[in-house]
Amino acid sequence: MGRAGFAIVLIAAAGAVLGPWILPHDPLHQELALRLSAPSWSHPLGLDELGRDLLARLALGARVSLVVGVVVVSISAVVGIAVGAVAGYVGGRVDMVIGRIMDVLLAFPGILLAIALVAVLGPSLRNVVLALVTIGWVGYARLVRGQVLKVRELEYVQAARALGAPIGRVLARHVIPATFSTVSVQATLGMAGAIIAEASLSFLGLGVQPPTPSWGTMLDAGRSHLFDAPHLTIVPGVAIALLVLGFNFAGDALRDRLDPRSL
Amino acid sequence: MLQYALKRIALTIPVLLGVATLVFLLIHLVPGDPAQAMLGESAPEADIAELRAKLGLDQPLLVQYRKFLVGLVQGDLGTSFRYQAPVGPEIVRRLGPTAQLASAAMLVSIVLALPLGVVAALFRGRAIDHVATTLSLVGVSMPNFWLGPLVAIVFAIWLGWLPVSGTGTPAHLVLPAVTLGAALAAMLARMTRATLIDELRELYVLAARARGISRTRTVAAHALRNSLIPVVTIIGLQLGAVLTGTIITETIFAWPGVGRLLIQAISFRDYPLVQGCILFIAATYVTMNLIVDLAYGWLDPRIRYQ
Repeated sequence: MGRAGFAIVLIAAAGAVLGPWILPHDPLHQELALRLSAPSWSHPLGLDELGRDLLARLALGARVSLVVGVVVVSISAVVGIAVGAVAGYVGGRVDMVIGRIMDVLLAFPGILLAIALVAVLGPSLRNVVLALVTIGWVGYARLVRGQVLKVRELEYVQAARALGAPIGRVLARHVIPATFSTVSVQATLGMAGAIIAEASLSFLGLGVQPPTPSWGTMLDAGRSHLFDAPHLTIVPGVAIALLVLGFNFAGDALRDRLDPRSL
Repeated sequence: MLQYALKRIALTIPVLLGVATLVFLLIHLVPGDPAQAMLGESAPEADIAELRAKLGLDQPLLVQYRKFLVGLVQGDLGTSFRYQAPVGPEIVRRLGPTAQLASAAMLVSIVLALPLGVVAALFRGRAIDHVATTLSLVGVSMPNFWLGPLVAIVFAIWLGWLPVSGTGTPAHLVLPAVTLGAALAAMLARMTRATLIDELRELYVLAARARGISRTRTVAAHALRNSLIPVVTIIGLQLGAVLTGTIITETIFAWPGVGRLLIQAISFRDYPLVQGCILFIAATYVTMNLIVDLAYGWLDPRIRYQ
């Protein structure tokens, strides 16, 4: 399953990088006479409501999904690791204040806060990333805080402190690296979450704006053509489900590999 | 138990206050002037000033915050710009359909998940287990904004068995409930399978079988009951996901609930209504988590003493 997951992710990444270069059709070029055409030899996944090639748009949409996933996960992980490490290591009031902020952010279910933020900031890819990072870092911070509470009591960390190493150095050199394996699992599974969240926001009209293709906006556009062109809904949906499945498989495999209890 | 309940309620109050503060600040994150954003670029200055005064945006931030909190305590969530009516009653009016949808989705997920998980555990490693496990993995990975249109294509358009969208009859509830409940069903099926497999390895199961109790009775009366405790925990924890899921599901199926009201309010830049819906959903989520925690404390005395 893990290998299948990594293979799906690699294929999607290759499609996102190479697709727009090697595919014969421009994802923005419209052939209105052929709009809503079913899959054919010249257009293997068919054409959309404006006569644009679905395969070309799928490849460009993969770029959006993967870039959003990578950016959101990277920033969330960096912020979450830093905040979680400080909260866990310093403790006391700092931990309490950070804990209360995290409690408030976790009080919003799922992507509700992201919807709220994008609603007021305005729909755009940049605001989607901002909104997803705002809710995303909390998961990493909680995870890292828990790990740091354990690690800070270990002898090698105590030794570094006894030798007079400053907090920043102890955290950066000794404490934070010990959390990387757990964070890498969370990050892989977080990619799936970020991709679904971006697609959800775009589906609701709050994410990527036309004419840039996103799998979420493609699904939303397909909703108006459920009767006459179901391939508009099926194609991006399969793409999202496969990529999410790929990251879930990869994350599960990584967890099994890194978690000694699973052996 | 009373001490535990009071402690949990006391811990919830600052969280609710934090949620309210964040929701209050939302309108101040609007780029530029919120009143102008609501009325449009070409609106006359007098209208913008009037709306600004109506929303209280012309007052100092702390005064606005105090008024917002006092209003909340009195059940006043402001006035909807689009409906020209108080936000609270607008939300309450759509509460019934949302509760109906969420309950139906929970029911669907439990009805689908338990048999699937039990069958997979009892026939572990066989073809039926592989089918059930693959189905649940696909279910977990399938976002509801795709599953919704997909089930609509199959069951409403191709087969013509159910209505595509709208409300009115129990048939209208089927597709939205399945769409919303599928992911939870997949998660519950995986959990039921895993916990039942663990329980079937326990000595009390062997002892029951050794005493001549049938396999069916051993599973149904002993192992399944014990394996359901973590499953019930997951159901409680996933209430929030179901609540958020209603936003997309209601939008897909034109279901007249709070989630659809929120998306419509966003498209009309009706910020007081957006604030009200967000606050309502978040407060419901926090309150549900509190109830679930209190229920655990009541069911399992160990939690109360931790």
